[in-house]
Amino acid sequence: MRQIMLIQAINEALREELLRDENVFLIGEDLHTATFGQTKGLFEEFGPERVVSTPISEAGFTGISTGAAIAGLRPVVEYMTSNFMYVAMDQLVNQVGKLRYMYGGQINIPIVFRALNIGGGAAAQHSDNSADYFLHAVGFKVVMPSTPYDAKGLLKSAIRDDNPVIFYEEMKTFMVKGEIPDEDYVVPIGKGDIKKEGKDVTIVAAGYPRVLASSVAEKLEKEGISVEVVDARSLYPIDEDLILESVKKTGRLVTLDDAPLNGSFASEIAALVAEKGYSYLKAPIKRVTRIKVPVPHSKIEEEYVLLNEAKVINAVKDVVNY
Amino acid sequence: MLKSSDLLWMYEKMLLLRETEEKAVELSFKGEIGTLLSGSGQEAIPVGICKNLLPEDHYAPSHRGISTVLAKGGDPKYLFAELFGKPAGYCKGKGGEMHIADFKDGMIGMNGIVGAAIPIATGSAFAQKKKNLNTVTVCAFGDGASNQGVFHEALNMASIWKLPIVYVCENNQYAMTTPVSYALSVENISDRAKSYSIPGVTVDGNDVLAVYEAVHEAVERARKGEGPTLIECKTYRKYGHHAGAGNDEQMGWGYRPKTEEAYWKSRDPILLFEDYLMAKAVLTESKIKLVREKVKKEIEEAVEFARKAENPKPEDALEDLFA
Repeated sequence: MRQIMLIQAINEALREELLRDENVFLIGEDLHTATFGQTKGLFEEFGPERVVSTPISEAGFTGISTGAAIAGLRPVVEYMTSNFMYVAMDQLVNQVGKLRYMYGGQINIPIVFRALNIGGGAAAQHSDNSADYFLHAVGFKVVMPSTPYDAKGLLKSAIRDDNPVIFYEEMKTFMVKGEIPDEDYVVPIGKGDIKKEGKDVTIVAAGYPRVLASSVAEKLEKEGISVEVVDARSLYPIDEDLILESVKKTGRLVTLDDAPLNGSFASEIAALVAEKGYSYLKAPIKRVTRIKVPVPHSKIEEEYVLLNEAKVINAVKDVVNY
Repeated sequence: MLKSSDLLWMYEKMLLLRETEEKAVELSFKGEIGTLLSGSGQEAIPVGICKNLLPEDHYAPSHRGISTVLAKGGDPKYLFAELFGKPAGYCKGKGGEMHIADFKDGMIGMNGIVGAAIPIATGSAFAQKKKNLNTVTVCAFGDGASNQGVFHEALNMASIWKLPIVYVCENNQYAMTTPVSYALSVENISDRAKSYSIPGVTVDGNDVLAVYEAVHEAVERARKGEGPTLIECKTYRKYGHHAGAGNDEQMGWGYRPKTEEAYWKSRDPILLFEDYLMAKAVLTESKIKLVREKVKKEIEEAVEFARKAENPKPEDALEDLFA
């Protein structure tokens, strides 16, 4: 098994899928220079026909990619940062998510949207994580890996899926290392994964918050608190059974989301367990999310607004000591 | 050169579109179908376009004119079934009057968001070029859509990538109730082509042959790999924003001068074409009567088919979202 970083796993998945299927192509802004490195070397290898740099026209190139997918190609669209999706919101929410349905299933839309969450350090606009908007929208599958193995396998699944899939890449996980096999493999969309077994409390998270959860679990182990870390991997569809099984075992739940609380993934999982796993619970559910203000520029203020280990540790201790 | 048989095809198609629109207005008034954006009075544009298209070409019509879906080769039975919300409809009754598509005939879909289909249709042309198909896409939209951001984004990208697409603006001079004289920064919408270094022409949108000629040239350019064209067809809607239920009169919206309405009524595209064909001896009074009766009968049968078609089951609402 090879050890690679998550950012390399994304690159490998893209490269292998471009080689596998000539209908696959990448499209987005500044792909010829690979802004943050995920597409490094692909423009040089595949040329401008397969790695298409666009003008800065998010709504326009989202629509063009949608039309191309309907016409039989398999576009992989890159949003340099996930908040740029807001510029294309009509093309995403009113078009991509609804077209297949409103045309009575005459067409498929095999399209992937790769969206980068910078996760902080970029103040109010570029620090956003837009995933929760698309859990509310119809017609999208939404995935958010946190290991190289999951990133490569989920990206391949997304590209081979005949439906719109939004694939979240989180900059704070780019350097996460992990083993991956040499042979081709996929990770199914809609299946979570237990990243660490435990018996006192379940933490459900995805992406960077899952990394945070694992780190917290390791620390709390030394204090005698056994944390089970459930990596959702897919935010929609969600692996309900895995989550409910885990809470059945531990009796306690903390959910994490690197986004504001209201209408969040963290709230959705909390509601799911409250609705379907009420009898398992020994304590109230805790949600740990960003505070509902834009991300401030000041490091001191930002620290106060975003998630951190201390906040997760406090939440875990609250439910364990309830 | 168009032969007599071509001209007759165009005439009959225009009548089919008109009768379809008028029947839909009638059904809307009766409450059998909902509200309607009628394309009555604008038939010369889809017909002039479609005379230039091969079966494998694509056409994204504007959302004004349900009948446009029939211009390329559809069947009114499935159109009316769609309006009645029946599974036998083009979109299984899920789309309705604003979202009709007939992909097997290359009609790649209407859209309820003004201008939103422009980049999507441009994506169809992007795929046609990438696959070296030698086919083209025509994208039609209204004057209001030319003020949307995606219009400008799509034309810019279609131009830099030389995509095989023809943009046809059906300028019926009102975006809902807002006149182009108020909303437009340019004299003609075709003037906007200059910003994207593509040809822009304005034609009489009520003259089916003028539309045909302009689209013909643009389609040839597109097939030769010379990129997009913007064609503006100046036209007028017979009805207001909505026809049938919720029409301008019912809503109390007065915004079109009576003299303007009267002028355009005298320039009805079907009557203009009839006069032309009579003068060329392609049509006679008796032939007109025959064609009109044939079209009316076809529409009546289509409506009957739609009325009798089975209703969906409530849980059919769960189908067709994902592949």
